[in-house]
Amino acid sequence: MSIHPIHLTVNGETHQVDVPANMTLLQMLREKLALTGTKNGCAAGECGACTVLLDGEPVNSCMVLAIECQGRQVTTVEGLAEDRILDPLQQAIMDHGGVQCGFCTPGMLISARALLNRNPDPTSDDIREALVGNLCRCTGYLRIIEAVQQAAQQQRLLASGGRTL
Amino acid sequence: MNGKTAKTNPHPVGDSVQRVDAREKVIGSALFADDLQFGAGLLHARIKRSSLPHALIKRIDTSKALALPGVKAVVTGADYPGLIGLYLQDRHIFCRERVRYVGDPVAGVAATSEQIAEQALDLIEVEYEPLPGVFDPEYGASQAAPRLHPDLGKYEVANFIFPEANSNISNHFKIRKGDVDSAWGKCAAIVEHSYRIPHIQHVPIEPHIATARVEADGKVKLWGSSQSPFAQRNLIAKALGISQSDVQVIAPYVGGGFGSKAGVSMEALAVAIAMKVKGHPVKLRLTREEEFYTAFVRQGLVAHFKMGCDSEGHLLAMENRFYWDGGAYTEYGVNITRASGYSSSGPYEVPNVKTDSYCVYTNHPVGGPMRGFGMPEMHSGLEQCIDELARAIAVDPVAFRKRNCVREGSILVTGMVMHPTGLSECLDKAAEAINWGRKDPPSAPNKRRGKGIALMWKAPAMPPNAGSSARVALNEDGTVTVSVGGQEIGQGSFTIAAQMAAASLGVPIDWVRVNTPVNTDYSPYEWQTVASRLTWSMGNAVSAAGRDARKQILEMVAKAWNENSDDLDIIDGKVISYKTEEAISLKNIAIYGVPLPNDQGWVGGPVLGRGNFMPTYVTGLDPETGQGPRAVVHYTTGAQAVEIEIDMDTGKIEVLRGVAAFDVGKAINPDMVKAQMEGGFVQGLSTALFEGLQLKDGIPLNASFVDYRIATSTDVPRDIQAIIVEVPQDDGPWGARGIGEHAMVPTIPAIANAIYDAIGIRPGSPPYTAEKIYLAMQEAGLVS
Repeated sequence: MSIHPIHLTVNGETHQVDVPANMTLLQMLREKLALTGTKNGCAAGECGACTVLLDGEPVNSCMVLAIECQGRQVTTVEGLAEDRILDPLQQAIMDHGGVQCGFCTPGMLISARALLNRNPDPTSDDIREALVGNLCRCTGYLRIIEAVQQAAQQQRLLASGGRTL
Repeated sequence: MNGKTAKTNPHPVGDSVQRVDAREKVIGSALFADDLQFGAGLLHARIKRSSLPHALIKRIDTSKALALPGVKAVVTGADYPGLIGLYLQDRHIFCRERVRYVGDPVAGVAATSEQIAEQALDLIEVEYEPLPGVFDPEYGASQAAPRLHPDLGKYEVANFIFPEANSNISNHFKIRKGDVDSAWGKCAAIVEHSYRIPHIQHVPIEPHIATARVEADGKVKLWGSSQSPFAQRNLIAKALGISQSDVQVIAPYVGGGFGSKAGVSMEALAVAIAMKVKGHPVKLRLTREEEFYTAFVRQGLVAHFKMGCDSEGHLLAMENRFYWDGGAYTEYGVNITRASGYSSSGPYEVPNVKTDSYCVYTNHPVGGPMRGFGMPEMHSGLEQCIDELARAIAVDPVAFRKRNCVREGSILVTGMVMHPTGLSECLDKAAEAINWGRKDPPSAPNKRRGKGIALMWKAPAMPPNAGSSARVALNEDGTVTVSVGGQEIGQGSFTIAAQMAAASLGVPIDWVRVNTPVNTDYSPYEWQTVASRLTWSMGNAVSAAGRDARKQILEMVAKAWNENSDDLDIIDGKVISYKTEEAISLKNIAIYGVPLPNDQGWVGGPVLGRGNFMPTYVTGLDPETGQGPRAVVHYTTGAQAVEIEIDMDTGKIEVLRGVAAFDVGKAINPDMVKAQMEGGFVQGLSTALFEGLQLKDGIPLNASFVDYRIATSTDVPRDIQAIIVEVPQDDGPWGARGIGEHAMVPTIPAIANAIYDAIGIRPGSPPYTAEKIYLAMQEAGLVS
């Protein structure tokens, strides 16, 4: 298998990685960069556990080849918190009890982040639609949906210069 | 929100403190088995699996696979003659002379990459002689069926499991209570119905994974996603003929288990392959396709119910026959057969009961424990029959259930006397919350609305003497480290352990941490993380360990202060004296002890509390009648109610609202209890509406997320109301009972009963897909 050097930015940090042509973005993150927060649930683009942001768009990283990421920006769950300040989504999903086993949580958070980036004021139906590709077997989803609503509210308040809720 | 308001320290037991594992799970640092790093020596394993449901292996040739560059080892059944199994040792690690299901492991390969290992599988030549198969448990139980395990009579078996030699029946559990035959004549109404519950899969989002390394001296290390590190240590050691202490199992967080990661399944394969490449860690990760049919599945069930009541609606008799589709190996499934037998009346007091519960070998995937352990399957039909019977004598289904449901002092199906239970309160509250009796108009003219309700009960199903243990250690800074062998699989067991340790010791909850990963070399023993038994059993051990540490601290300080320890207390991490009003922080003293007055030396030393728990009061049952003084430790009971709408144009069911009310004895963490009730409801909803593993002549047809659909965020109701009822359990910590599994038990029949309420059709066997409902409506002439 031919090996290709690629440059990319992951969670704001630039990396040069040598990747085999058939290596997926998921494998590269987990095996080459030791970013194991992104999970492998099906390796077939069906469960959403491996969701990351690629240039701001949510993708199943198991369905993207690493060599396609040359020059691009990737955000994983490890990149959501900044300087130990949690993303409002991370705080809200904890506060609402939306975490159980935690295996779907990284992908769920990334999909929700993509939603709030493009729609800061989503309805409950918008949230359900945005998370439909992220399977969860523990929580029954309701607390996650509530958490995203709560985080959206929090984020709007912060954006308008308001105080923390 | 969620009761987590705490200005001051929340009370560690009874308040909804935040999960101890939440933060690391949201920042991506929580480690799961696939996240562990093993360095350059790591090898990857893949499994050659049977393509036939039943066949004799005539020849295996592994030479071409072994010759492939990068392949380090190939193992087959010839390498491992030992049998393995939890309650019945009926399984080889790799098949030897016979394969019994599509997916049965025939050979294993270790190679330098997963791809090479996969390529090697195609180079392994296996010649089979196909045999006729068994694909229906009722047929399998008949004398006409081919025998799948000719050695059944010789297998080692637990003393409460009763295989029938020279048959496919690996357990036959009987209840003979009263006299059903003479009771039928006294009945004003009798209902008789059969249900077929399909196989389903647990579908943890994290697939099974295990990495094994065998050292040059023969010691075995296994890192895996496991609900049962200690059971795996025990069973793997037995299968390999080595000592338990030469096997070390290390189990980090589990990304969902639901029973599938209990006992031993694919872990033994990884160990067996690693034996051939000593010193190398060997990683085996199931693909999602393998997960669907080569890990455990929930057994299928064919159930025949007959029940009758008098004209006032008192249940007089029940006669049940359960044929469990145990699959190719029933080492674990035999106990599901037993559990469904000793609970076969459902949560009702019935004077006459006859039950035959059979575990039957078939050429289907291996049945194993799944959330509910037979109860969702059994209640699916039973609770529909109860509804029918009530309607047959024109009694409201809620009133009928109220009249018959078990209460304190009821004589249960095994002869055991029922302990205090809040079942009838659960029923009342669920009925009230769903506005039982009120019929709201549908949201559109082409829709019909209905409500349904169902009750449940379930006892922890386990050996009578399944034990727990725990350690509570104090640190220099006064914080507390709790060690348990119970596993955090999402249900919140570590948080419960932290809460109980904090409460029994007298420290704030945020001073407590719980050790992960569980490691059988260091962690205290725990039988398995199953049966919804941790809050109760491990909880008893943790609180005993906390009390033990507390006692040591109080005695130490009493000696130093020349006081009576009865006058001392630990509150918010400080030892205080009610007599002298002196106080001292746990900081430092828990490790370094306390100086005596006048430089007369020291008392104390590092504080280490220990606790254990094992139920000692469960008795055996008569093999012919299933009667005995105490079949189980206790029952958790509850009710669910739903309101649904059916689209008459498509047959699609929308669950508008769900209500769950369970008697948990004492909610240690009310918010987490509610989270179990909600998550369980949705898993139950998913099995009611969507799920079924399709098996055609033993061949799985829908082993992917595209073809096997589980509930998504768009399928869940807007509103699920979780109601906690607390009637304390005398053998539970703070009165607590388990809730994890129970939460999905009554959902299928609640939805089925709502379907009847909406359109007057008994929908038969789940899943109640739009297609099935539409065709049923067509047949009934409701739609053209």
